[in-house]
Parts: sequence; C-alpha cells; structure tokens
Amino acid sequence: MLGTFDRAAAQRGYQVYRQVCASCHGLKHVRYQYLQKIGFSKAQVKAIAAEYQVRDGPDDEGEMYDRPGKPSDTFVGPYKNKKAAQAANNGSYPPDLSLITKARAGGADYLYALLTGYQELPPANVDLVPGKYYNPYFPGGQIAMAPPLLEGVVTYDDGTVATPKQMAHDVTTFLAWASEPELEQRRRLGIQWLIFLSIFTIVCYLLKRSYWKIIKKKSSNS
Amino acid sequence: MNATREELSEKGKKRRDFITLTATAMGGVLAGSIAWPLLQSMNPAADTLAESITEVNLAPILSGAALTVIWQGKPVFIRHRTQQEIAEAEDAPMSALPDPQTDKSRVLKPQWLIVTGICTHLGCVPLGQKKTEPRGEYGGWFCPCHGSHYDTSGRIRKGPAPTNMIVPPYTFVKEDLIRIGESS
Amino acid sequence: MAKQSQNPYRHPFVRWIEHRLPIISFFEHTLKHYQVPKNLSFLWTGGFIAGFMLVVMIITGILLAMHYIPHPDHAFDSVERIMREVNFGWLIRYLHANGASLFFLVVYMHMFRSIYYGSYKSPRELLWIIGMIIFLIMMATAFLGYVLPWGQMSYWGATVITNLFTAIPWVGDSILEWLLGAPYVGAPALNKFFALHYLLPFLMFLMVFIHVWALHTNGSNNPTGVEPKTAEDTIPFHPYYTVKDLLSITAFMVIFAFFIFFAPNFFGEPENYIPADPMVTPAHIVPEWYFLPFYAILRAIPDKLGGFVAMISSILVLFALPWIDRSKVRSLTFRPISRALFWVFILDVIILGWAGAKPAEGNYIIIGQFATAYYFIHFLILVPLVSRFEKPSGLPESLSAYYKNSCHD
Repeated sequence: MLGTFDRAAAQRGYQVYRQVCASCHGLKHVRYQYLQKIGFSKAQVKAIAAEYQVRDGPDDEGEMYDRPGKPSDTFVGPYKNKKAAQAANNGSYPPDLSLITKARAGGADYLYALLTGYQELPPANVDLVPGKYYNPYFPGGQIAMAPPLLEGVVTYDDGTVATPKQMAHDVTTFLAWASEPELEQRRRLGIQWLIFLSIFTIVCYLLKRSYWKIIKKKSSNS
Repeated sequence: MNATREELSEKGKKRRDFITLTATAMGGVLAGSIAWPLLQSMNPAADTLAESITEVNLAPILSGAALTVIWQGKPVFIRHRTQQEIAEAEDAPMSALPDPQTDKSRVLKPQWLIVTGICTHLGCVPLGQKKTEPRGEYGGWFCPCHGSHYDTSGRIRKGPAPTNMIVPPYTFVKEDLIRIGESS
Repeated sequence: MAKQSQNPYRHPFVRWIEHRLPIISFFEHTLKHYQVPKNLSFLWTGGFIAGFMLVVMIITGILLAMHYIPHPDHAFDSVERIMREVNFGWLIRYLHANGASLFFLVVYMHMFRSIYYGSYKSPRELLWIIGMIIFLIMMATAFLGYVLPWGQMSYWGATVITNLFTAIPWVGDSILEWLLGAPYVGAPALNKFFALHYLLPFLMFLMVFIHVWALHTNGSNNPTGVEPKTAEDTIPFHPYYTVKDLLSITAFMVIFAFFIFFAPNFFGEPENYIPADPMVTPAHIVPEWYFLPFYAILRAIPDKLGGFVAMISSILVLFALPWIDRSKVRSLTFRPISRALFWVFILDVIILGWAGAKPAEGNYIIIGQFATAYYFIHFLILVPLVSRFEKPSGLPESLSAYYKNSCHD
C-alpha cells in the first residue's frame, strides 16, 4: 500500500525522457523544480532547467525573447503548438506525457508493454500502413512512433547497463511519477486516515451500543 | 420509552460517559484534520510561491531618475539617488524616524535605492517616481491615499504608515545588473 | 402574546434569543422531541449520509472553484494545476470527484430503501416527489460538473447529451443553441455549465430542507411499514438516531477515504485525462457509472426521438410510483410476490448498467433492449397488477411486536 517511487530508476528514467522522448513529447504540467522530489539536487535541477530556452517577455521594447529556463518553469515542449507537432510527424500528434499513465487504460503496465512490445515483422494478416510500426499493445496495432528505445541509445550516468527493457522500466517509473507526483504523500496520509477513521468507527459503535442496549432490553422484555 | 441516564447502572454510566468523551475528542480531532487541508488550499500554491526573479539593467537610469519594475506581482521602486538625496537620507537623525533604520542598512550601494513600492499603511503605490509627481515633505515618496510621507531612503517620516517601505532581496550580478528575488 | 410565557428556558441569553427567534425550541423539537419509530435499520441512515455528502460536495466545490478557470484554453490545465500546485489540491479534487460517485451510491440506496419499504405511500407521496426532484437536480449537477475538467469524456459527454435535445421536433436545434450559447460545445457552454454547476447544489440544499420538513410532518416510515401506534413504538431522535447516524457516517468515511487515497480514479475514465479534442471522438464514450442504466435505455431504442422519450420516461415513471403501487401494505417484507419482483427489478437495473457500459453493438444492444422492456413492464404492468391482487402475509399488529421478535434473534 505504501508505494514509493524508486528514486534511482526515476532519475535514470528522466535521462531516457530527456535524451529520447523529449525530442517529440512534451511534459508541460511538470515544473523543473519537482525533479528535486525524485532526488535531483537543487544545483542539478538548476542546470537541467538552464538547458532549455524559455520564451518570455515582452521586454521593455515590447519584444518576446528567449532566456535560459529557471527551476520554476514548466518543461519546455519540443513544438510550438499542436499543429507544428502534427506537421513534423506526418499528421500524428505525439501526446504530452505529463499524464500518460493516468490517461491510458492499464497505466504504467500499458506503457511498459507498449515500449517493449514492438515487433519487427507484423503477422501476415496485418497490412501495415507505410510510416507506421507494428505494436500489438497499441489500439489498432499500428503506431506512428518508431521503436524509441534501441540498444545503447542512452548511456546512463550511474553506470547501469541501458538495455531496452531497463530503459522502458526506468522511463515508465519516471512518467508514472510525473503523472501522479502526489502519490507518496497521498498513500502516507491515506494510511493515517484509514487507521484513525477505523478506530473512530469502533468508538462510535461502542457509543451507539451503550445507548441502544436499553432500548433493545426494554423491547424484548415488554 | 426514553432510556435516561438514570436507568443505567453506576458502571454503565461511567462507561458511557467515557465513550462519549472519547468520541467527542476524536470527532474534534477529525474535524480539525479535515479543516486543515481545506484551509491550506487557500494559501498560495506551490507555483505561485516558486522562486521568482526579476533582472534589471540599471545602466539606462540616470542620476536622479527612477524606474518601476514588477517583481512577484508587486511594483519595485529603483531610484538612482543624487549625492544630495544620499546625504539627506544618511543625515536624518534616528530620533526623527517612526521606524528607525539607518540608510546604510537599506542599500547595497548608496546611489541605488531599491524598495517595494507599496505604502505600508494600506497598500497603495506612493507617488514620486517621476519628478513631476509630488514627493512629499521629505523628497522621497508621497502616498496620496492617506498622506504618508517617505524620505529618500523609503523610510516613513510622517503620516499613518507604521513602517518603512520594504527592501526586497536583491543582488548585484554585475556593476549595472541586479537580480531581485535573490539575496546577496 | 403568550410567547414570553411559553419560553421554557432559564438561561438569560438563551431566553433572549428564543424570544426573538424561536430557533432553540425548533432544534429541540426536531431533535429531542421528534419521535421516531424505534425499529429503523441502518438503511434509514442513508438520508443523513446523503445530506452529509451534499455538504462535502459544496465545501470542496467552492474551494475548487477558487482555482478553476472555466475556459476551453485553461480548464484542463487549471484542474491539473489544482492537482499539482495547490496545497492539498489533489485531496480536494479527489474528494469532489469520488464524492460524486459515493453521493449517487448513497442516494440510490436511499431510493431503493424507499421502494422496498413503501416509504413513498400515503401520506408520504410529496416527500417522495420532492426527493425525486432532488434526484433530478443532482443528475443535472453531476452532468454539468463532469464537463468542467474539459477532458475527452467531458467534451464528448457534453456533446452527446446536449445533442439529445435536437431530438425534439421543430424546436430541438434552437433549444440546443440556446443551451450551449453556440451551435457547438465550446467556451460559452463551458462558462454557462460552470455557473449552473455552482448554482444547482444550493437549490438542492433548499429542496433538502423541504424534504426534511415533509419528512417531519408525518415522521419516518419503518421496516414494518406499520405506523407507530403507542408511545412504546417510538423513541426520541436524539440521542438514539444521532449516535446511529454518527456510526454510519464514520463507517461510510472509511470507505470514502479508501477510494480517495488508494483508488482515486476507480470511478473515473482514463480518457478524461486527455484534454478535450473536438476533432477526435474516443472509441467508447461512456457516462459515469451512475448514469449507465439510463444511458442503456437511451440506446435501446433505435430511434433518436424514441430513445430520448424512453430515457425521460424511465425517470418520470418513478414520480408516479405512489399511484402505480396500489397496495395498502407498505413494506415488501409482508408482500412476498412484490418482494421477488423487487429483486428482479434490481437485477434488471444492474443489467441495464452493465449493458450501458458496453459498446453499442451486437448482443449488448439486444440485452439492453430486453432489460429496458422489462424496466417499463415492471412499473407499468407488474407492479400495478400485483399490488392490487397480492395478499399480504404476516403483517404484525404493531412495529413493537415485530421488533421484539427480531431482538430475540
């Protein structure tokens, strides 16, 4: 019940997101600052934020300008808007990943299955549309996203061997956290509430019984 | 049919009183624990509180001129003080100040006065940023709402405001560049 | 005026208040002196829990409204901001979202209890009808509220349901435009829905007062359906039913807390975490579970107007229940055939709900159609006939007599 996110996996997952997913997928509901919650240091977060260019303004001349990201900014997406995203991807829209495990039936398990479920050769009865890839876990089986997690596409800072399965596991952990950053606090509070309310219910039961005892006694005697 | 307390045995009375007391106490704790998060939600949210920094280039501000910038949704007054204004601020006797503070403790560099441009009385923005505006009897700022006079150090001198205008955290990044919101 | 002499209180402050506003005696009458049958089961605490839920929904709703932005460009993001940035925002939103489901659960139990024990029968017809009006407002409020997060289900639910009005001949299209403030579901509709979603709960609150007023006029029904006759049959509401309601509330809160903290999206659809997209309809549109039976009835009729009429009728028929059921005996405990019919009816409603959740294809439609037919057969044929001819059995002389036996068990 007391689920916690594996910090090391989530940090590696961030690295996968940054180096692979981020070229097409945004993470717009997450602020860089929140990365501290999965164990990045304040300085690391500052450096991560500064890698991005944030559109800000208008300045004193009324012009918009780009500045390095600050920890308080939200993740800068790869495209200006949805149209630009579709134009760059043959009409398919790479969804924002901020809520991805909540927005798909099956959640994190679905995501992991999808990332590891690509099949190079589709079954004979499947007529693959050009530019699509066969993935039985995707609704309809044909997905516009090329298999993203190829052997060696990421070199982990912590020395973990970046096999496709390892990367899928790590990025799934990271994105599950990004979807529900409140999860750990929620479950911790939940335990406290359930214990308290259960005891309170027992006390209220005793209270009710102490009053009703007499009614029951009288009724069965009369 | 009303089963009153008197119909209980002595032991039963004590027992019921104890349970009632426990339930009441727990009910109180419960009500408090429910009210707490609900009330907390009305406090500033995390992104509202998130570190906000405004960078200002001071170079274009000539001696005697002033600039107003926005930091955390509030106006911040930046005044490039003249030698005379600095002297006035430094020479003010502590006994004449309702909220005694030395000028030195309110600036990083004497020629640059940086204060939150909000009257400490009831939150109006005082006049005096432009030379054409009334600056009050002490040459600093004058709040038109209820007549508070501030001096060239942003200190309250006369009127209903209780304290000096607040100095926000800021730091000099370069000779002519400050970052408001980051303490030095 | 003899008011002064009727003032029974000693404490000067209490006397002062009572003389100007007899609120102290009002509460004494409604709590302490209000006599209630002594044999009410836990099902009778449902009304109190429903009232509690209404208050929870109003409080959390007001707090959410402080952060929510009713505009298509900001609605989804502002909800997500509540979940991530606002202090305990996730808790308040999950309270509100899961609260809606549990509110319906409690209200359905409350309604089924009324049906089982014949609580709608004379002299409580108006009490029942006021309750049905509350139910209608509640359904409208829930529908409007579900639109607000502006996810895919919000958007398409709103589109599909509001399009129902176009089924009305001649004026349908005009009504739709009037409702939406545009020919489509967009910014005007969202803003309007938000305003109404904020308003309706207060109307419900008012109706709940009238509901309780009507209740206190003739007092509660009870599991035997036999009116209290002697002083022996009743006990004061306070403390007996206050402690019983309290126990129910705390037990209910355990369940409520479980969903909020450990399964907060159990009642929700993943699809609604995808922002509304007017260009793409989700593969399976399903309403929230509490609308599923009605949704199944809507889909059962392969005709636009027909489906609409059937759905409305399925709700309206409940208003007429006090006159459909002709039996003089209230409780189904003593009407074995009607009792069997009741459970078949429950099963039918569950089948309808199940069919409503399935895609509109093949056997699901046929099952839905049979279940819909039975729904109306139940109310329009079976209940009127059976209630007229069925012979009650084992009806006790008084509720105390029955209660005594059950106490021995």
